[in-house]
Order: sequence, then C-alpha cells, then structure tokens
Amino acid sequence: MNRNHALLSNKTLTAQACATKLRTEKVNLYYGSFQALRNITLDIHACAITAIIGPSGCGKSSLLRLFNRMNDLIPGARVEGNVELDGILIYSPGIDVVELRKKVGMVFQKPNPFPMSVFENVAFGPRRHGMSNRAELEEIVEKSLRHAALWDEVKDKLEQSGLALSGGQQQRLCIARVLAVEPEVILMDEPCSALDPLATLKIEDLMRNLAQEYTIIIVTHNMQQAARVSEMAAFMMMEEDRAGVLVEYGPTSELFTNPKDKRTEDYITGRFG
Amino acid sequence: MVDRWLIAFYIYVVVNIAVIVLAVIKAKMTRKISERTAFVFLGLATALAVLPVLFIIVYTIINGAGAISWSFLTQAPSQAGKAGGILPVIIGTFYLMLGTLVFALPIGVMAGIYLTEYARDNWLTRLINMAIMNLAGVPSIVFGLFGLSVFVLAFHFGLSLLAASLTLASQALAMVITTSREAILAVPREYREGSLAIGVTKWQTVRHIVLPQALPGIITGVVLAISRAAGETAPILVTGAAFLVPRLPGSPLDQFMALPYHLYTVSSNVPGMSKTTMWGVALVLLVVVLSFDVLAAVIRFRSRQRI
Repeated sequence: MNRNHALLSNKTLTAQACATKLRTEKVNLYYGSFQALRNITLDIHACAITAIIGPSGCGKSSLLRLFNRMNDLIPGARVEGNVELDGILIYSPGIDVVELRKKVGMVFQKPNPFPMSVFENVAFGPRRHGMSNRAELEEIVEKSLRHAALWDEVKDKLEQSGLALSGGQQQRLCIARVLAVEPEVILMDEPCSALDPLATLKIEDLMRNLAQEYTIIIVTHNMQQAARVSEMAAFMMMEEDRAGVLVEYGPTSELFTNPKDKRTEDYITGRFG
Repeated sequence: MVDRWLIAFYIYVVVNIAVIVLAVIKAKMTRKISERTAFVFLGLATALAVLPVLFIIVYTIINGAGAISWSFLTQAPSQAGKAGGILPVIIGTFYLMLGTLVFALPIGVMAGIYLTEYARDNWLTRLINMAIMNLAGVPSIVFGLFGLSVFVLAFHFGLSLLAASLTLASQALAMVITTSREAILAVPREYREGSLAIGVTKWQTVRHIVLPQALPGIITGVVLAISRAAGETAPILVTGAAFLVPRLPGSPLDQFMALPYHLYTVSSNVPGMSKTTMWGVALVLLVVVLSFDVLAAVIRFRSRQRI
C-alpha cells in the first residue's frame, strides 16, 4: 500500500502539469424524463488516465458516452450544458459527430471484434476513412497491433477470425482497432470486467503505456484498478431516486487516501450502502 | 410449398384432440400411463402432419414420372397441351421468378434496412411494420386484381411478363421485407456500436457490418418468397399468363405460359387430356418449387455453421 501511495503521488504531479483536454460544464443528461447526469462539471487532463468510479447505475457510462456522443444513439437522450474537446463545444449544431468519434475512440465492456479476420478488424476504420493502399494498410495494422501489445501473439494469424482469439486478446484487438484511426482520446467502458486477472493486468499495462500519447478515460467497478492505473478519479453516486451525482473529483491518491466527502470514504472503505 | 395451411390445420386439430384426451386421462390414470399416452398422441400428431406431404410428393411422382422425358422438357406444346412438351411453360416460370427477384429483392431489402436502421421507432413505423406483415396475408387474387388495374391497365404494360412479374413482386415484397428486417435485427448491437465508435458513418456500418451479417437470412427469405411466387396461379391469371403461346417470350411485354396456370388449364379446360401429362406438369412444378425450398435450407444451414 505504501509503495502504491508513493507511485500515486508521482503520477499526480504529471497530471497537474497536463493541459485540459475535455471539459464539462454544468451538464445534465436526460433519457426521456429520467435524469442520468446532474450538473456535472469537471476537467479531464490530457495525457493522463482518468478513472470514473461508483456503484452500478450511478451514471458512469452515461458520463463516458457524453464525450463521443454515443448517448445520441439512445432515443430520447437530451444534453444540457457544455461539453468541450480542446475548447470546442461538441454538442453545438455544426459538429460532425463522425469526425468527433474519429478523435474520441471507444472500447466497450464486452470485447466486440467484428466477425472478420484480425487484419480486417484493425484495417476496418482506416479503410472506411478512405485508405485503400495495401502497403499503407499493412503498416498501420502492424503499428496498431504492436501498440496494443498484441502483434507478437497474432502476427502469424492475421487472416484468422478475430472471434477465434481469447477474451483478453479480443479486447486488445478492439483497442488496436481504435488506435488504427489515430484518435486523441480513448474512452474505456469497464474494459476488463469480462476478463480474467491476467488478461486484466495486460490491459492495465497497455493503458499505462498508451497514457503517454493519449488521453484515457476509464469507467471501472474495480477500485483497485482505479488506484493502480489512474492519476485522476471521479466518484459518482446515486442518491435514493437521483442518479448521476458527481460526488468528488481529484487526484486519485487524494481521493483514495484523504477523501473530502464522507460518501467517498464510505464507498472506498467498503462501508457503502 | 405443399399446402402449409392444411398441414397447420391438421396439427392444430390433432394437438387439440390430444390435449383434451390427455386432460381426461390425466384425471383418471397414473403418471406413467399418461406419459405413454402423451407420447403416442404427440407422435400420431406428427405423423398426421408429415403424411399428407409425403403422400402428395409420392403420388405426384408415381403418376407424373411417366410423362417426364427429354422431349417433354425441351419441346413446345401442341394440340392444346395434349402433345409435345412444356419447355415454354418452364421457361415462362423461370422468367417470372427472375422478374420477381429483380423487382422484389432491391426494394424489399432497402425497405428492410430503412425500417430497422433509419426509421424512428414511432407509431407510424409500427403501423407500417404491421401493414407489411398483414400484406403477406392478403389473398393472391386481390394482388392479381391490383396488378391488372395498375400494371396492366394504368401503366399500359398490357397482359405481359412485366406486369405479371411486378404483380408477383408486390406480393413477395411483404415476405422479403419481413425476413430482411428480422435478419438485420438479429445482428448484435455491439457490432454497430464498435463501428460507429471509431468514426465510421451509419451507412458504412450498415453496408460493411450489418448487411454481410444479415445476408444469409435475407437470401433465405428471398428464395422462399420467389419459390412461393413460382407456384402462384391467381395473380398471373389476370396479368399475363396465356393458355397457349407455343414459343418463348421474346420481350417483357409478351404474354407467356407458366407452370401453375398451365396445370390449371390442362387439368380443367382441356377435354381428353392425358392424366400422365397433367401429373407430369405437376411434378415439374413441384420439383421447381421444392428445389428452391431446399436451396433456402442449405443457405440457412451453411450460415449457421459459419458462426
């Protein structure tokens, strides 16, 4: 625990040196008449990992999906307030959602490789964005797979179905698929919840490496995971009939060792509920 | 496509009887005996359902096989169908199937895509979906009259292959749209999300992720719809099928001969018709329709294996 703590303080310093990549200001999100996020204001630092933690149903995923507008796909979803990427309001009318999602990629809870070969899975994004030169595609596929720490395991079976890989490999394939479109932000929605501990560790190592180049936001149930990988952490909760409350946001080390809010303390010490 | 409704009716009646008898028995007998009785009745119901189909196939083969010969399949009919072969009849039916395919496939699949991927889920969409499903239940002669008034008369296509194909396609559309919708809805949402989340457009997602996955289901539906269209008599009766055109149709605006209508005329309107020739026509029609049903089953089976 002590060693962890020291590590966390170091990370905090880097986090503070970073610029703001994403910002939400007084954001409310509604699904029909249900309010899923309440008055959320926070700054997400570039080149850092931000964890969103909290109990099920508190609005973690809704907050995450705010940043690539995946909530738009849900009929009746409505956003109030400002969400900025590099100072640009991403919910303003002129925004091209497709371009936004190229910059803000997403990895899902359940690994969801497409039912096609490993190569085609990674090449899918670049192809759809207009790249057709085979050599260029091969280059970006290899680069992305290396980046996702998967190349050595799949380099001899690029033509095999992506569905034939193990769960952890599938999830890294999904990460490679995102990396191939060269995003700036990667959103991860409980990326390890369907994986065994070893595969989880691999993904966490990968996240630490990726954090040097990308802004990463991860939603997780697992507080040890949040403590292990993130520099910043947001704790969300639901209160009685109100979901989507941001209780506390700050450097992970402080949130875990010296929480300002009683509710945060109760949750992280397991005295919740 | 031997009368499925008849079979369904058989099953319905037998299952009902079985249920009633079982209820009575259950009140009186031990569990072991009621188990055995259930087995017997359910087996009987299945047999009753399968037997008519087997009977029709076997009976048609026995009676019609004698008529099948190389000249029967490759010559034009003469003496009102009493002599010669049925080549123009077979070709006419194939043209009809092709015409139905050409019109029903693109429109049906595109409508299926629109209704599942693009249309908002509101009362209008639900109404349209319901209307399409009900369309499949509209009697075929009604489609025939629709084709007569719209394609034959209003569009001035006349009694023709084109008008008949369009009429059959209108009828097949309901089935093509319904099966396309089901196949498209069966594609997991995760695939769509994974694609959209890396900045791929909705249409690209549909084109490159959803359609390839849904294709086996769509093809199965289309093949079944086409095979059903091949067996229809009423819609083509009033839109272009002719009793006797002893040559192949040269243009889409020609009249044509087709198997079901030919069978209808030779079996009811030609005195002194040989029974063997009649059953021969029936056998050819049965083979055409059943082979398409088998094709649909093969496609379904192979796509299931691939997953």
